[in-house]
Amino acid sequence: MSDQLQKLHIAGRAFDSRLLLGTGKFSSNEAMRDALAASGTGLVTVALRRADLSGKRDPFANILDFVDPQRYLLLPNTSGAMNAEEAVRLARLAVTAGLPNWVKLEIHPDPRYLLPDPVETLKAAEILVKENFVVLPYINADPVLAKRLQDAGTATVMPLGAPIGSNRGLETRAQLEIIIEQATVPVVIDAGLGAPSHAAAAMELGADAVLVNTAIAIASDPVRMAHAFRAAVEAGRAAWEIGLGATSQTAHATSPLTGFLREP
Amino acid sequence: MSFAKTLLLRTELPTTPAVRAFARLLEPLDDRGLEALAARAQALTRQHFGRVMRLFAPLYLSNECVNNCRYCGFSRDNAILRVTLTRAQVVAEARHLAGQGFRSILLVAGEHPKFVSNGYLADCIRAVREEAGVPGVSLEVGPLETDDYRPLVAAGAEGLVVYQETYHPATYGEMHTAGPKRDFAWRLACPERAYAAGFRRLGVGALFGLWDWKAEALALAAHVEHLLRACWKAQISVSLPRLRPAAGEFVPRFALADRDFVQLLCALRVTFPQVGLVLSTREAPALRDALVPLGVTTLSAGSHTEPGGYTGQGKADLHLTVRGRLVDADLTAKPAGERRATGQFDIADERSPQEIAELLRSRHGLEPVWKDWDDALVEG
Repeated sequence: MSDQLQKLHIAGRAFDSRLLLGTGKFSSNEAMRDALAASGTGLVTVALRRADLSGKRDPFANILDFVDPQRYLLLPNTSGAMNAEEAVRLARLAVTAGLPNWVKLEIHPDPRYLLPDPVETLKAAEILVKENFVVLPYINADPVLAKRLQDAGTATVMPLGAPIGSNRGLETRAQLEIIIEQATVPVVIDAGLGAPSHAAAAMELGADAVLVNTAIAIASDPVRMAHAFRAAVEAGRAAWEIGLGATSQTAHATSPLTGFLREP
Repeated sequence: MSFAKTLLLRTELPTTPAVRAFARLLEPLDDRGLEALAARAQALTRQHFGRVMRLFAPLYLSNECVNNCRYCGFSRDNAILRVTLTRAQVVAEARHLAGQGFRSILLVAGEHPKFVSNGYLADCIRAVREEAGVPGVSLEVGPLETDDYRPLVAAGAEGLVVYQETYHPATYGEMHTAGPKRDFAWRLACPERAYAAGFRRLGVGALFGLWDWKAEALALAAHVEHLLRACWKAQISVSLPRLRPAAGEFVPRFALADRDFVQLLCALRVTFPQVGLVLSTREAPALRDALVPLGVTTLSAGSHTEPGGYTGQGKADLHLTVRGRLVDADLTAKPAGERRATGQFDIADERSPQEIAELLRSRHGLEPVWKDWDDALVEG
């Protein structure tokens, strides 16, 4: 099915899969590697604070050894940064350490709900875009902020469905619809997707992609859960490409009762 | 009003929905009820923190102290062997810990303005980060003013740990008989001063054994609830240390039985799903192994509670103090094995960090996380 789907394009690069994966919370680096493979993803994000950026191949911080750069585009993220200055510093350091100049901009100073700081995120995006980074900002589902970031030159916007790790699905649906309607860059729904049905619903809504981490990482069988999300994303995307039928309050019989009147 | 004032002026704790829910979770439970609570705690921990466990080690800088705390081995009046490590000695200890895998170290020191000055602490923080290559440095030292914390944050410390010991002012007064630590409110407001200075991880806790455990736990929960509002950018973590044997031979007044301890830990997790729970090597191996799946997010391993304990640093500089005064003592008369600084308390789990890491993987299916912090976040 997937070969019939349109490809995802971000910053001039094409991806077969519309499922992006995070790498936190897995029970082992091996389990993470296998889940990445099963998901079919082409874009994988890693928290820079957990990686070794010194170039010394620290065996106690070797998460990057398990993400094959031939197979995936590595998307470093700035999780842990509390403000624009820290996020910009981390992004620059990642490039110096030989990582791609793509950055998932995450600035969530509140560790309880990990909600992104809109002011600092916009500030950091403006700086990083000027420095030729490909910026994918994590934001609350705020349509005006999404427009401001697009105007600033970000490659995507990544609004949340619900707080990170909450598994609550598309709680921000009404705002997501506006963001999708107005977007000039791909919309990646990030965070809160706890079930494959949430991911399918996001795709049916018209999201260009989704990012999933917790629901796969903490599943008792991450590989099968990665498969499940992959199938759901493909199903939701196919339905959106085909176009879903209109909804209505009343039944519409599949074999109309009065159809005989109109037959020749 | 500060939390300290609230606690001191009111006869009852400030109640919020979270604290009330917590109180209900501390009601006596039958086995089935406890099992159900543990299952909720486990599920919430995995959901919010993942299938991982953060590891850290304490590094004791000094056991000099101007306070008398009746339960603490470092108390000023205790006749113990004391030392304050030099910068080079601190680096040697930190390098040893880094070699074991630790990328997160808690620097611990007694309260002594002369030996453990602010400049000394800043120097130690820089040494551990720059010379031993350990990016994550937190502090557990005597409370300071906000302005005195700022240089420590600038030096690269990210976390501050300060236990109130007991939230019961009268008991607090009885326990702390001399030194600046006598000031209950000054200590209680310490996390907020640290937050104002820029620390981003705050650790709080009570020392169980000093006061009725339920009353203590409720006050601790109220404190956590207050900090979550007041210090919204900080990662809050909680420790539940139970009194261990230490120099001075203080006998705990109130017991916190294992079963109650488990219920308390699970109740905290269920009430505050995003708060870190730290478990030290004070607890015995069997209990630590049993608690790992329930709600704990951060473990220490292979700890020593005496300065120089990892590599024998500082042995040449040991001195004996009795009632706070230096006394001449012929340390060479002691067997070589006993010629070391006195620890703060006895360790119950002596397994190595590697053993703990392997156990986390094989028995619990948890990935040990050594590095969870990068220097780039703070370097100018």
